Amino acid sequence: MQSNLFFILTFRFIILVLIQVILLNHINFLGYINPYLYILFILLYPLNGNNSLLIFLSFLLGLSIDIFGDSGGIHAAACVFIAYIRPVILKFSLGVSYEYNVLKINNIDVRQRIIYISLMVIFHHIVLFLLEIFNIDHILLVLKSTLFSGIFSFILILSTISIFSKKSK
Amino acid sequence: MQQILFFLIRNKNFLLFLVLFIISFVLTLQSHSFHKNKFINSANLVSGGIYTIKSNVSGYFNLKKENQILIDENIRFRKHVESLQGLDTNSNIDSTTLSSKYQFVSASVINNSYHKSNNRLTLNKGTKDQVKIDLGVISSKGLVGIIENVSSNYATVLTILNTNSQINTKLKNSNHFGTLVWDTKNPNVVQLIDIPRLAPVVVGDTVTTGGMSTIFPKGILIGVIKDYFINQDKNSYTLNINLFNDMTNLEHVYIIDNLDSEEIKLLENAIEDAK
Repeated sequence: MQSNLFFILTFRFIILVLIQVILLNHINFLGYINPYLYILFILLYPLNGNNSLLIFLSFLLGLSIDIFGDSGGIHAAACVFIAYIRPVILKFSLGVSYEYNVLKINNIDVRQRIIYISLMVIFHHIVLFLLEIFNIDHILLVLKSTLFSGIFSFILILSTISIFSKKSK
Repeated sequence: MQQILFFLIRNKNFLLFLVLFIISFVLTLQSHSFHKNKFINSANLVSGGIYTIKSNVSGYFNLKKENQILIDENIRFRKHVESLQGLDTNSNIDSTTLSSKYQFVSASVINNSYHKSNNRLTLNKGTKDQVKIDLGVISSKGLVGIIENVSSNYATVLTILNTNSQINTKLKNSNHFGTLVWDTKNPNVVQLIDIPRLAPVVVGDTVTTGGMSTIFPKGILIGVIKDYFINQDKNSYTLNINLFNDMTNLEHVYIIDNLDSEEIKLLENAIEDAK
């Protein structure tokens, strides 16, 4: 079981990084809007998994995206940030009981899933664009990019989850 | 001691988060300043290799247009050669034996970005092809940027669409100099600042590189003036420039090596030291 999880995580990591850097970083819808699907790795990490490991893996994930995108450490910072606040967001969106259940993200009901995903996407994008633009004069641009890219990422993440979830019912 | 250990264990997630976040923040800060982005860049074997595979595939989709661009450029050069022959008919010099101050290396763009505030390209040429840091990069239509990092097979370019980029530029007609910067708003429009108020600025005029630095030769095309306004200090203009290059769609570029740059730099440093 443990080695199975290890393989799933490795596979997901590599596939998501490749999809992000080869395909999604070059969409540039309306000039600047790109979806960031790779945070799916952080979203799908087992809910009862080790958090320190998640923070470290998120750092590696973000850093890989940064190396391909020549963007310093902005993705790494944003990923580490959402990995760290993930337990809080989980508690907020799923209620206190999530720690005791072995929930999987496909089994959560739609409303809770939407809250969880949208909060994670918003926090990730805000940190990302704050660091990327790095100028308080352009705060409007930060918010605008966060909103538009966020909507794009959110739709893509939600549809990816529904496409790849096993029909357990 | 036990209490410190206990504290560390209890807060291990927060400490891990803090350390990793600070590392990423420092990397971000470095990427915002020119020439310090040494470790995290796409001029390495793994990402360069993956980008090469990608551009090998995606390059086929643009072949027709790229051919057209090359043909256009050839026609331009042919006209140029013809006009030069008209000037001096009895000299038939083999152009390969002409000594030139500049050496050109062709390269393919394997990764391009233009939607960020600090944009970079990755090229498929590196130190093996005599590519060095600080060489200029142009395309057949005009200015592209400056080499920022090199590995043995790849190089990254700081393009003019970057808030760190400052390139010496002049008006083609009047030889007034200014600095080319970018306000991050539109990938086809860059800004030319510090043009003195005395300069005769006309919408539609061409701007070229100034030749004041050792990186670019004089007279490489950049774009035409779109509009202009006078600064608050009433002494200088800020010009919006429409680029000739479509920076969102670069495929083949040339790297310019100024063979005299070492000598010029040595001379300039000698003057600095003498002061």
